[in-house]
Amino acid sequence: MSISRETAINLVLALLLLAVPFIAMQLGKPFYVTLATRMAILGLAAIGLNIALGLGGLVSFGHAAFFGIGGYAAGILASHAFSGQPLDFGLFAVPGSKLMPVIWAVAILAGGLLAAAIGSISLRTSGVYFIMITLAFAQMTYYFAISWPAYGGEDGLSITIRNTFPGVNTLVPQNYFLICYALLVVGLVLFAVLRDSRFGAALQASRQNEVRVASVGIAPFRIKLAAFVISGMITALAGALYADLNRFVSPSMLSWHMSGEFIVLIILGGVGRLCGPLAGAMLFVMFEYILGGLTERWQFFLGLLLLGVVLFARGGLIGLLAGRARHG
Amino acid sequence: MAEAVLAIRDLCKSFGALRATENVSIDLVPGEIHALIGPNGAGKSTLIHQIAGTLKPDSGEIEFLGSPVSHLGAAERARMGLGRSFQVSSLAPEFSALRNVMLAVQSRQGTSFRFFKPVMRDATLVEPAMEALERAGLKDRARVPAAELSHGERRQLEIAIALALGSRAFLLDEPMAGMGPEGSKTLTGFLDGLRREAPILLVEHDMDAVFALADRISVLVYGRVIATGTVEEIRSDPEVRRAYLGGAE
Repeated sequence: MSISRETAINLVLALLLLAVPFIAMQLGKPFYVTLATRMAILGLAAIGLNIALGLGGLVSFGHAAFFGIGGYAAGILASHAFSGQPLDFGLFAVPGSKLMPVIWAVAILAGGLLAAAIGSISLRTSGVYFIMITLAFAQMTYYFAISWPAYGGEDGLSITIRNTFPGVNTLVPQNYFLICYALLVVGLVLFAVLRDSRFGAALQASRQNEVRVASVGIAPFRIKLAAFVISGMITALAGALYADLNRFVSPSMLSWHMSGEFIVLIILGGVGRLCGPLAGAMLFVMFEYILGGLTERWQFFLGLLLLGVVLFARGGLIGLLAGRARHG
Repeated sequence: MAEAVLAIRDLCKSFGALRATENVSIDLVPGEIHALIGPNGAGKSTLIHQIAGTLKPDSGEIEFLGSPVSHLGAAERARMGLGRSFQVSSLAPEFSALRNVMLAVQSRQGTSFRFFKPVMRDATLVEPAMEALERAGLKDRARVPAAELSHGERRQLEIAIALALGSRAFLLDEPMAGMGPEGSKTLTGFLDGLRREAPILLVEHDMDAVFALADRISVLVYGRVIATGTVEEIRSDPEVRRAYLGGAE
């Protein structure tokens, strides 16, 4: 079986990221492990968005809401586990948790529910209205978090000590990187499988021509809603990982800058491409680190890069290297 | 006459003061090609949109396969077997011809909420789709993106999609539009055979094709059906001649 050029590029990218922490430790620069972990997490968050935006053509400017709710799920559960106080829901109370798998499950569930609520309203609009309404919902969650003193309000919420994973010492940076990397790979596999499935076919066709999809007997709304929910779940999981990386959650995770950043990652890497989000995240974090060290105005240069991509390399980095996407 | 596959009763639709459809009653019986003709702006496309479910009529009833469908959306009507081609080709442009047809096959087989099996390796999708493409004469172009197909080929692809849906009736909105004489001739021959599979409601401007194919013709003028009959009856109907044929020919 021959592998396509895009597959080869994807493999190189994935292996490159995997190699970073080991090289970093050899060089005695443990900080690079954190950078690589950031790349993996932002990549995963953008994979989530890529399902909605890349496959479904749903330009969500509100994915920070899912990222943030995942982060708060981690922060809130951890803070209750730390204080020993159960979470009180009025009718019933549940204990907090320091276990990552539990936190991830809660983050995914919360992200999915929020996406179902936001999607079922937003998906009745399209185009610019969809962009604006998703932005509006995300800003609502942002201001909600700011004005909610129980969990730090504007100041955010610290996670005293990184949450745990059975059998792994998560305090070792390389270990935590490997956990995030494993979930990134799961995200990539899930994206590829979804894209090639019947669901993916209906979703991608809805992006291209909704009338056509309806006229063969498939209702586009339900397909898009399901995609939006899956998308929100993945981004929420990334949010929980991000909270544990920084050991801190704040409303800034919910802000529109974050939503914009996800879109930028995808455009840099390649919209709808399997490894577009990963390529974008790697470029972005590298740019932020290298240029951020040289000048405070590094985002000006990021803007130039983005402009260049939009004008001269529509397919992003992956498109530039592997050519246009082909559909069977 | 056999039981109608598609029956439209007293359909009305207005856009403001414009009465686009006025008390239209048409039916489609098994094995027939029922042509719908009329001058530009007579409301032919508006009528097709209402039958397909992309436009909601103000009043009247549409029955398909013996049950009322007026309350159903376009997707549900398509699933019942109402196949449609568009006046302006409506396809998924990035998908190959094959994948466009496969979408119809997948819909016919039931739910699209299947998340794992890759479609391109699914023979239950690929084979029926290739068969429909072959029947529509597009087999050699199966792997070409719809956007790169010629105008005529896109028409053929729309018909292949309707075939793959296992349609119980076809709504074809100007399938000959923009085709060369050679293409029209081929398509005419194809539609002639297609009627045995399912009846066709054919909107068409190409009068040669209409007279060659139609079992019955309905003439639509300013939203009203002014005559329905066989080719001979329509040709000799004085009102039709005055309103339409006389002016056009």
